[in-house]
Amino acid sequence: MATTDIVPREMSGQTGQRRVVNDMSIQVATVNGSGSQSSNTVLLRSIFQMGVPISGKNLFPSNIAGLPTWYTIRANQDGYIARKKEIDLLIAMNAETAQDDVKTLAAGAAVLYDEPLALDKVRDDLIYYAVPYDKLAATVGADAKLRKLIKNMIYVGVAAQLLGIDYAEVEKAIRKQFATKVKAANLNLAAAKAGRDYAAANLTKRDPFYIQRMNKTAGKIIVDGNSAAAMGCMFAGCTVVTWYPITPSSSLVETMIDYMKEYRVGPDGKATFAIVQAEDELAAVGMVIGAAWAGARSMTATAGPGISLMAEFAGLAYYVEVPAVIWNIQRVGPSTGLPTRTAQGDVLSTAFLSHGDTKHIMLFPNSVSECFSMAQDAFDLAERLQTPVFVMSDLDLGMNNWMSDPFPYPEKPINRGKVLSKADLEKAGGFARYKDVDGDGVGYRTLPGTDHPAAAYFARGSGHNEKAQYSERPDDFERNMERINKKFETARSMVPRPELAGSGQAKVGILAYGTSHWAIIESRDQLAKEHKLETDYLRLLSYPFTREVHDFIARHERVYVVEQNRDGQMASLLKLDLKAELTPRLRSICHIHGLPIDARSVTDELMMMEGK
Amino acid sequence: MGTTTTNTPAPAPAPKTNRIGLQVMDYRGGKTTLCAGCGHNAISERIIDAMYEMGVPPERVAKFSGIGCSSKSPAYFMNRSHSFNSVHGRMPSVATGAMLANKNLIALGVTGDGDTVSIGAGQFIHLMRRNLPIIYVIEDNGCYGLTKGQFSATADLGSTLKSGVVNDLPPVDTCAMAIQLGATFVGRSFSGDKRQLHTMLKAALAHHGTVMLDVVSPCVTFNDHEGSTKSYKYMQAHEEPLHEVSFVPAFEEINVDYDPGTTLEVTMHDGSSLRLKKLEQEYDPTDKIQAVQRLMESHAKGEVLTGVFYINAKAPSFIDMLNVTDEPLATLPESVTRPSREVLAKCMAELQ
Repeated sequence: MATTDIVPREMSGQTGQRRVVNDMSIQVATVNGSGSQSSNTVLLRSIFQMGVPISGKNLFPSNIAGLPTWYTIRANQDGYIARKKEIDLLIAMNAETAQDDVKTLAAGAAVLYDEPLALDKVRDDLIYYAVPYDKLAATVGADAKLRKLIKNMIYVGVAAQLLGIDYAEVEKAIRKQFATKVKAANLNLAAAKAGRDYAAANLTKRDPFYIQRMNKTAGKIIVDGNSAAAMGCMFAGCTVVTWYPITPSSSLVETMIDYMKEYRVGPDGKATFAIVQAEDELAAVGMVIGAAWAGARSMTATAGPGISLMAEFAGLAYYVEVPAVIWNIQRVGPSTGLPTRTAQGDVLSTAFLSHGDTKHIMLFPNSVSECFSMAQDAFDLAERLQTPVFVMSDLDLGMNNWMSDPFPYPEKPINRGKVLSKADLEKAGGFARYKDVDGDGVGYRTLPGTDHPAAAYFARGSGHNEKAQYSERPDDFERNMERINKKFETARSMVPRPELAGSGQAKVGILAYGTSHWAIIESRDQLAKEHKLETDYLRLLSYPFTREVHDFIARHERVYVVEQNRDGQMASLLKLDLKAELTPRLRSICHIHGLPIDARSVTDELMMMEGK
Repeated sequence: MGTTTTNTPAPAPAPKTNRIGLQVMDYRGGKTTLCAGCGHNAISERIIDAMYEMGVPPERVAKFSGIGCSSKSPAYFMNRSHSFNSVHGRMPSVATGAMLANKNLIALGVTGDGDTVSIGAGQFIHLMRRNLPIIYVIEDNGCYGLTKGQFSATADLGSTLKSGVVNDLPPVDTCAMAIQLGATFVGRSFSGDKRQLHTMLKAALAHHGTVMLDVVSPCVTFNDHEGSTKSYKYMQAHEEPLHEVSFVPAFEEINVDYDPGTTLEVTMHDGSSLRLKKLEQEYDPTDKIQAVQRLMESHAKGEVLTGVFYINAKAPSFIDMLNVTDEPLATLPESVTRPSREVLAKCMAELQ
């Protein structure tokens, strides 16, 4: 399988003339389970430590060991960190895919390969570097079992030498990677050095790609979105997490377990949280709802199939008005789909998850930083509005490494919403759970265990009136449903507002959300530079849509809605919300092959639709 | 409405109250909408009596149910307790979540045989495994009452529907399942056995861990006919108590004498005493293997065995194992649930 979606270009004359600095895409093709992850992280960090903006994307199979896997590092001085279609340097370590991997490269790309693969026979328009990994591994002196693993660190040494990465940065990155394992660190240092020394002595630089020190990463962190979300939830005061393992969401909770054990256990050894692995996603969300009803800040994390299973409970939470935070780390569906590939394919199914009239609040983080900050937004919104909130991350954001500024400490106090205490009840004498006292649709709730004879109410998924009593009366049902709908209107003024980029004066607008953002910012520059097309860009952060979204569409002749699904799901959602005369302005650019969206695809498609 | 007056009114007698000063009416609920004579109503009454007599503060109780006739019944007792009527077969997860949030709650789950054994089998299994502190009552009538009488998975082999259709699948014994899975207080009773059910519910309130009570509760409308094995008539003829159950709560000083030769005493978690007067030789309710064997024998003999089949008063509950703070997680303040600036700085430094 090829991971690039471009057709090889014709040979374009001589190579080796130009010099391309701090702008390249490196792809490492290995076998799943071969231990290449550490090496790839070291290579990524080495470039990052050179001050060059990077992103690292792992394209892996749904498999534990044996199937091909690719890791792509993009280094870009302008800070473009979306996936790039073209691969500039291929590190071919997987015999099974090597031929295909080489065939999909553009002419002029460089290939670093394991000597016995003899890839230089495949095409003559590439720049080849052969490395005898087995021989080099033998010189490092590791036993046979470890040699397989350290071959990976050898290519890091070779690549660093070829690209001109300061070798001290490689050593630093290795030491960080193996901080707690001195023996492993030393072995890997030796392996990387063997690679570097071999390259220095035997390889003549013929490709144009160089990493040069710059200063665009000072003080920055590298983290994946799931870890950022885990931290965000911890700092958002989450107390109950119930979950069922599913790729690509598992690491969110697993990381959270580590953080919570470290930072949320009191001096008496008692935990200020409970994390429970449930028997399935139904139970996971059922526990979230039970815990939230009883007053805990509770959450789960899941992906497509889990979301489908949670449908019935999502409707219960919506109708009983129980806060719940559900992280949907989207992967490719339908069905099992491509469980280890990314998509934004659950927008519609999540928006209306469950039967009857339901609609849910969704947040769309585009970055690790927003994974952190939106955790609190999600909990606050869920508790203030007493309804489920879905945080729509995806595999690309959740599981890949992203560069970011350090997350600022949350300054906003935690908002637990309208909860009546014993003292409140003593003052008021009683309460009606579903009465719209404040005109925002949100009633006051009490928590089980509140020591007051009037505290209790009967939470039920069946028809009920303001006092939470069973009711099949048409007027009770209608009034209640309209009030719940009012909460959704209230939400419009509470959810994170969209972000506008551009002058606001362009004729062409782009609407996108989540991880598509990174392709959009690059594409807008391509459109301006290459096609002289000025665009405005509105990034959606939430559903329901706020006023700015309508205004943006009203102000632009054509609005391209860019998303990573087949059917233009966000565009459909927008059409439901927009005035009829505005809907013809929307045009969908959809991307569905499971790899993160890239700028070039957006630019090309947009220009085609512009008729140019 | 009639009134009577007297010239010299006697002072009204002080209403009868329990040890926390509440009257039995403080434990009552809404008017039942179940059929007259439904076994479930009798169970609601027993719950009210047991809660009242044990002096349980109703505000500490949280009631949970799924879907079905049984699951409606929490509306008919204990109005001063919070209640959550959730979705079909998934009450265990909702109850589990609530107990995670507030471990001081006294959880009472009321469910049916369809809710538990068919659609809810998965969650039932895992609830039992976890030994969550909850009293889980199955109001077991062998049929789906609310959808007009289809067989459930506890219907006995060969029993018939009203229409004459014969059940040709074997029943699930929820008690044998619960014992195998890890519940620590497992028994069966009959809604018509007032004394036994009442006593078992009181003992259940003294237990720390999962109490699984399967209560045969005839459906007067759809499953009380000739050919049913869950009818009043059938139960009266086939109920086979394993022992006579009595219970002395920890707060009662009275020391009732009993003969250790004929009565087995189990000291419960809170110091209460569960006394099982032997009707059979050598039954040890702390022996899982014997319990399951005796249940299997009862099926072979065609009897409906009742009593406390298994008890383990010492096993840690799920909440114990989580080792959470004494204060409920639900109400921990931000000062406790949001780590400091220093912690964030440390997390960030690790990622640099």
